[in-house]
Amino acid sequence: MYDSSDLRKGLKIVIDGEPYIITDFQFSKPGKGQALYRCKLKNMITGYTIDRTYRSGDKFEPANLDEVHMQYLYNDAEGYHFMDLNTYEQITLTEEQVGEAKNFLKDNMEVDILFFKGTPISISLPTFVELKVIEAMPGVKGDTATGATKPVTLETGHKIQVPLFIEEGDILKIDTRTGEYVERAKK
Amino acid sequence: MRTFFLERDFVEVQTPLLVSTLAPEINIEPFTLDTYSGAESRYLITSPELNMKRLLASGLDKIFQLGPVFRKGERGSLHLPEFTMLEWYRKKADYRDLMKDCELLLRAAAFTLYGDTSQILLANNKISLKPPFHVIRVDDAFRKWAGWSPLESCEPDRFDHDMVTIIEPKLPKDKPVFLIEYPAWQASLARLSPHDKRVAERVELYINGIELANGFSELVDRKEQEERFKQETARMLKAGREAYPRQSHFLNALDELGECAGMALGIDRLIMVVTGAEKIDEVVAFTPEEC
Repeated sequence: MYDSSDLRKGLKIVIDGEPYIITDFQFSKPGKGQALYRCKLKNMITGYTIDRTYRSGDKFEPANLDEVHMQYLYNDAEGYHFMDLNTYEQITLTEEQVGEAKNFLKDNMEVDILFFKGTPISISLPTFVELKVIEAMPGVKGDTATGATKPVTLETGHKIQVPLFIEEGDILKIDTRTGEYVERAKK
Repeated sequence: MRTFFLERDFVEVQTPLLVSTLAPEINIEPFTLDTYSGAESRYLITSPELNMKRLLASGLDKIFQLGPVFRKGERGSLHLPEFTMLEWYRKKADYRDLMKDCELLLRAAAFTLYGDTSQILLANNKISLKPPFHVIRVDDAFRKWAGWSPLESCEPDRFDHDMVTIIEPKLPKDKPVFLIEYPAWQASLARLSPHDKRVAERVELYINGIELANGFSELVDRKEQEERFKQETARMLKAGREAYPRQSHFLNALDELGECAGMALGIDRLIMVVTGAEKIDEVVAFTPEEC
C-alpha cells in the first residue's frame, strides 16, 4: 500500500476499482496545521480527470499494471487487433484507446500493451519506428515560405512535415514520442 | 538580516541542532537519529524555540538565530524538509512588537535590494510595504470567507482545510497581511489573550498569499504549558506517534522568563517573495533530490 508521503506526479493508484494516474500534485501545509495532498488524477481507462484532496495517514492501493508484448495485426470496424506472440491470444483495442499511436502502427509491429486486471487500457510504442513515404510532392528549392519543410503521407495514412529532399519511397525514422521526423532510415 | 538585528542590539545565538526532546506537535514530524549513542536517540530541531527561550531565561534580552530546521515529510513547491529559519525573541514585549519588527525588517530588506523601502517589485506584481500592513482577525476571516466561526466551534480538520483552500487564497496580495488572534485551540505555545480567553496572542505574516512567519506573545506559565504539552502528547499517541521525553530543561526555565515574544520566519520563502520565485527549489543551492 502507498501512503500520503508516496504521492507524486506519475503515481498510479486504484480508486473505486479503476486505475488512475496522478497528473498534477500539490503539497500544502500551514505551519502548525495538517498537510493537504491535492491531486489531479486521470482515469486510465476512460480518460476522465478528477480532483482529490488527501491527508496524512491516508492509504492508497497501487494500480498494478501488466505490460504484455504483442504484435499489431490489422484494424477494422471493430478496432485494432493485437496478438500475444507467446499465447497467440488476440485482443482488440478501440480507436480511442489506441489514440495517437494509430498514426504509427505498421502491420506486424511489436508493441507493449498495458493491462489492468486483464483489461487492456493503453498502448506503448517503440520509441522509433520506420515508415515509408507513400506520397510526396517534389520539394521546390527556394520555397522559403514553407520554412524548408513539406508535408508527406506515410504508409499509415498519417501526414508529417519533413525536409524538402524527402521523396516518395523513402523510409523515414520517426520519433513516436513527438511524432516528428528524425532522419532517413539506413537502407 | 543580521545587520538589522545587530543594529537593534540583538545578540546572535547558535543553539544545537541535535536535541533530546521537542515541543509536542501533532502536525510536525521530526527526523530521528537512532545512532546518537547506544542508549539514546536524538532529534533534529524543527525549530530552535525551546533552547532560545532558555537563553532568554538565563539573562539575554534580545536574541536572534539564523539556521537550518528540519521537518519530515514536508516537500512541495513551498516546502523543503530542511529549510532556513530566522527566529527572534524580545523580553518585555508582545506580539504587536513582533508585527512592528516585521514591518521594519521587510522595509530594510527592500531597501537593501532596491534602495527603496516602499515596495517589493515583482515581474507581474507590486507589493506595497507602506505601513500599516493589513491586519485581519482569524475569526473574521473565517466568518467572512468560509462561513463559520472557529471561536464558536472547535474543528481542527476543517480549520486546516479551509485555511489552505479558502482563506490563504483570499488574503489581499497588494500588501503584507498579519493574521491575528488565532482560536485558543490553535494557540500552540502562545499565551491566551488576557482580554478574551477564546483567542491566543498568535500572529502569522502572509505576503502574496504565502505564509512567511509565525509569532507569539509567549506562554510563560509553566503549569499551563505543561498541561498543553500533555494534551498534545495525548493527541500524538492516539495518532500512533511516540511521546517525546519530558521537556524538563525548558519547563524549568519558564519560571525565569517573564513577559516575552518571539517570531519564526522562513528565510527561503522570504527570498521567494522578493525575487518572485514560484517554487522554493529556485532559491536554494540544491534541493533534496539533487544531493
